[in-house]
Amino acid sequence: MTADQDLYAGASETTEGRVFTVTGQDWDSIVEGLAEEADERIVVNMGPQHPSTHGVLRLILELEGETVTEARCGIGYLHTGIEKNMEYRSWVQGVTFCTRMDYLSPFFNEMTYVLGVEKLLDIEDQVPEKAKVMRVLLMELNRISSHLVCIATGGMEIGALTVMTIGFRERELVLDLFELITGLRMNHAFIRPGGVAQDLPPGALDEIRGFIALMKKRLPEYAALCNANPVFKARLVDVGHLDLAGCLALGLTGPVLRSTGYPWDLRKTQPYSGYETYDFEVQTWDTCDSYGRFRVRLAEMWESLKIIEQAADRLAKMDGDPVMVADKKVAWPSQLAIGSDGMGNSLDHIRHIMGESMEALIHHFKLVTEGFKVPAGQVYVPVESPRGELGAHVVSDGGTRPFRAHFRDPSFTNLQATSVMSEGGMVADVIVAIASIDPVMGGVDR
Amino acid sequence: MSGDQSDVKPEPKGPEQPAVEQSPDNVPAPPGQVHQVGERHGMFGVRGTGDTSGYGGLTQAIVYPGEAQRPYGGWYDEVADALVTGLKAGEADVAEPRVVIHRGEITFHVRREDLPVIARVLRDGDNLRFELCSGVSGVHYPADAGRELHAVYHLLSMTYNRRIRLEVTCPDADPHIPSIVDTYPTNDWHERETYDMFGIIFDGHPGLTRILMPDDWPGHPQRKDYPLGGIPVEYKGARVPPPDERRTYS
Repeated sequence: MTADQDLYAGASETTEGRVFTVTGQDWDSIVEGLAEEADERIVVNMGPQHPSTHGVLRLILELEGETVTEARCGIGYLHTGIEKNMEYRSWVQGVTFCTRMDYLSPFFNEMTYVLGVEKLLDIEDQVPEKAKVMRVLLMELNRISSHLVCIATGGMEIGALTVMTIGFRERELVLDLFELITGLRMNHAFIRPGGVAQDLPPGALDEIRGFIALMKKRLPEYAALCNANPVFKARLVDVGHLDLAGCLALGLTGPVLRSTGYPWDLRKTQPYSGYETYDFEVQTWDTCDSYGRFRVRLAEMWESLKIIEQAADRLAKMDGDPVMVADKKVAWPSQLAIGSDGMGNSLDHIRHIMGESMEALIHHFKLVTEGFKVPAGQVYVPVESPRGELGAHVVSDGGTRPFRAHFRDPSFTNLQATSVMSEGGMVADVIVAIASIDPVMGGVDR
Repeated sequence: MSGDQSDVKPEPKGPEQPAVEQSPDNVPAPPGQVHQVGERHGMFGVRGTGDTSGYGGLTQAIVYPGEAQRPYGGWYDEVADALVTGLKAGEADVAEPRVVIHRGEITFHVRREDLPVIARVLRDGDNLRFELCSGVSGVHYPADAGRELHAVYHLLSMTYNRRIRLEVTCPDADPHIPSIVDTYPTNDWHERETYDMFGIIFDGHPGLTRILMPDDWPGHPQRKDYPLGGIPVEYKGARVPPPDERRTYS
């Protein structure tokens, strides 16, 4: 290797043509090297480690100058076999796996799976009201945190760093609430078949009220920063166009579908967990572009705040109510409690099973190690995740483990629109179009 | 019991049980037949010498909810009628789908050769309008002889706010199902995923390649005969065996 050769932008000859490796320095050597063949077809591999491709997404772009003539996605870099793993764990343990799929909206992953299991068990009506309200509360908080990350990273990718910093500032507040309520910032495994893992901790409602009050002050900042910002609009308006027919053909749901003006939201059209009893609006925009999707997400955060407010009011009246089904054959036997050395198994429960009742010990042991049986059958109960229709196809063969759990993840489906949204546009617009889809690779690859 | 079964497909040998005993709802006996897809041994999920429970000799048939009989109730009849009418209007010779209703969800079991016609009628039919397909999910039933691989499609009609499920099967020996990408373009990636994970070949798919696993991956990971783990973890100078070959203490 000679001294004037760029170590990080080497060229090599292959059967497919010359290949350049670019890692972020200036492109002079590439342009020079291409001098005589620049008018030929150039295929650019973007990712899977490029920071503005939203995680480990690989884009294969065919360029003509700055114009994208073909765009394809390469996915699978984050495949972890979650669906396969779930077949080897009990029904309750499945929650621990599926919460990790789309890591920005863990509660929705848990929710669709748990709704499926509950439907197979036929205990939907027995789930206590308080558990349902807590699920709604957590999901709507999660919708806010997820939309914040979408807006924040989308802003970062077009150079609006302030949008990124304020987005993550507010998301941190939501994660603090999650930590207070579930003990974890992500991967909660909190929504369980039959209810939720634990009751609200003391003081949680005050924290939530404080959060609502703060968000009402801070959400307008996003509107003030972006809505009419000429630079922001220049990058987003009319970029990543996809109309209603395109959305339905490609199976796109969520904010992308609602940005075409069609008010399809499963919380309204096929309500679950009591959503029909909350007062909120389905937000739409009619421009079919990235700017419309941004506005839909911004408006949805306001609606989520409304729902959180109502849920908090209901929870205030439900102090001490059960959060898990009464059926001892399904409900998780132990409860957590704060002891002198921190959070752990409730000492009352330990005393009961170890000192008082042999039957309770057997029951605990069987339910925790073997788990409960779920009648044979299959169900599909989708929920409206921040990205669209998230559904779990849950199949049971009557055993104590899922026979098959398949997740229809909206990121996976929506990412198919990359080609149609970005072909014919500029390279820079590809980034904006993908950011407007808001794919989370953990959900895409599962 | 086995005399009155008018089969359309060859059934595997095994005890056929009347639906009344096996239906989890235990509703008044639907006379439809129930199809056994496997057998469960013992009671506690333990196999081999580890089973000291004394229940190791128990066997239970694994059966799924049986076929429903008309009237199905609610909008189910409307959809089924519209589907049959739509199919009759076409030229193709299509068998009427078998219907299973369980937990308030309706499933149409269709022959694989009929799938493209049925999907098109479901999407375009006046009283059907199933505009959105939520993808295809593969399920592998190794003991369901002659129809080991199932492909399950969830369709949504936004016009009428209804959901239905289509189920298609194919044998392991001939894992071919026609693609419905030309009707539902969204199934492009979903069919690739199902091919990747189960080895079902969707005939007519524009580019059926692996999508999640590497292109040169041997085997289809989510089939039941593919072990969990299956590949060792390689370190420089060391090798940790795959999870299913590691020592266990259970």
